[in-house]
Amino acid sequence: MQKTALTDWHAAHGGKMVDFAGWSMPVQYDSIMAEHAAVRNQAGLFDVSHMGRLRFSSPTAEALLEGLATRKIAGTPVGKIRYSLMCNEQGGILDDVLVYRLRELNGDEKFWMVVNASNREKILAWLQQHDPENHAGLEDRTYATAMIAVQGPMAVPLVHEMLGMDVAGMGYYTGQFVEFQGYPLLVSRTGYTGEDGVELIAPSEHAEVLWDMVLAKGATAGFRPAGLGARDTLRLEAAMPLYGHELSEELNPAHADLGFAINLKDRQFVGRDAIIAAQNAPGIRRRVGLELEGRRPARENCPVMMQGQVVGMVTSGTFAPTLQKPIAMAYVDPEVAEVGQQVEVDIRGKLHPATVVKLPFYSRP
Amino acid sequence: MKAEDLKYLESHEWVSVVEHGGQQVATIGISAFAVEQLGDIVHMELPGVGDSVTAGEEFGEVESVKAVSSMYSPVTGEILEVHSAIVDDLSVLSDDPYQKGWLLKVKVDSLSKSLLDFATYKQQCESH
Repeated sequence: MQKTALTDWHAAHGGKMVDFAGWSMPVQYDSIMAEHAAVRNQAGLFDVSHMGRLRFSSPTAEALLEGLATRKIAGTPVGKIRYSLMCNEQGGILDDVLVYRLRELNGDEKFWMVVNASNREKILAWLQQHDPENHAGLEDRTYATAMIAVQGPMAVPLVHEMLGMDVAGMGYYTGQFVEFQGYPLLVSRTGYTGEDGVELIAPSEHAEVLWDMVLAKGATAGFRPAGLGARDTLRLEAAMPLYGHELSEELNPAHADLGFAINLKDRQFVGRDAIIAAQNAPGIRRRVGLELEGRRPARENCPVMMQGQVVGMVTSGTFAPTLQKPIAMAYVDPEVAEVGQQVEVDIRGKLHPATVVKLPFYSRP
Repeated sequence: MKAEDLKYLESHEWVSVVEHGGQQVATIGISAFAVEQLGDIVHMELPGVGDSVTAGEEFGEVESVKAVSSMYSPVTGEILEVHSAIVDDLSVLSDDPYQKGWLLKVKVDSLSKSLLDFATYKQQCESH
């Protein structure tokens, strides 16, 4: 199994380690509920170094990414970060990614991209296929760097003070390099929890000191390390899709309720025609949120039922710690996709009443 | 009931059998180790009074935030009582798993042949 720069720290501090996409990662340290609550009320630290970090040294990356991303990349202002999907010719979703246009410390503008751990090899191969001679200067920085997410209402003020940098003044989905303790640190206002927060990308050799510093400075304010378990319940409450669940090569972006990440006008990119065809096709299932009655959570692959007929399938479900009720995301037939629609979820043979609700389940106050 | 006096399945259910009016009655629950490993238990799916259970077969489910796990019966027989109120206060599972955290009382036809004594069960948990 692969180790991040922080894997040993997690194991030494009570992390219950699991194999996640080939990486040894903590699923929790103490209790998922407590870690979840810390992120909602104070802040939590996540090691997300398993995610792939790619850097492009040449300006031709702009054209390469513009031709592959569902989101408009050409003309992205320096400092801006875009959430996008990447599709194959059939419109199947290869990954959901963040594309960064950044000014590095020497003043050069570079594109960076963060991809899912489980899709890193696939995306590297996909980029190579579309740029065999590597004109874009693609370099995999996953092993050379670590990535730490600090998430929660108290995250931004603390990082702002710790770095002596105007993090609070940064816009949502923007990123900046700063020199911190003699090394280049990438600070971005991004995250996957539904809370305000930052993500930090540092050279691997500085990761542990940085992690300890945030944790120590935040200790009195209730900061705590949080694992993949809380990351999943947090992103689910915020209705953020997870690759392998809400997104896959079998699904077309047109159905994923991610319209903001798809720019079709005056653009050409791989998968565009298939997305347009899917948008015009009738009867295609859509991503919705479900709230279940009672306390029993629906899980992935539970059928969604209506008058004895299967009308959809759950893609993720859990007991929502903040909302204190079972929630799920599902793909359902368009006839039952309206908010307020009553359906039933078949949880291992027993039908449970559920209602289609507006997403996200949780929005920060 | 003390943990030391109970019998266990490898899958972490405990059982205590007492003689009651010429009939063997088993009380069944899940071990402190299982409760700790599961963490953040949010729901239990339990069978009904009068249902039968079979030794080694599933009788219900325990849901943590993380995942769902099956619970297996240490005995074969008919269910006499179900602790259905536990669903409203699952904290008793961690506070008092061997008394207030009981789940089923079963009229015993036969016991599982794979029951472990406390020492053997404890050893199994520690080797995890």
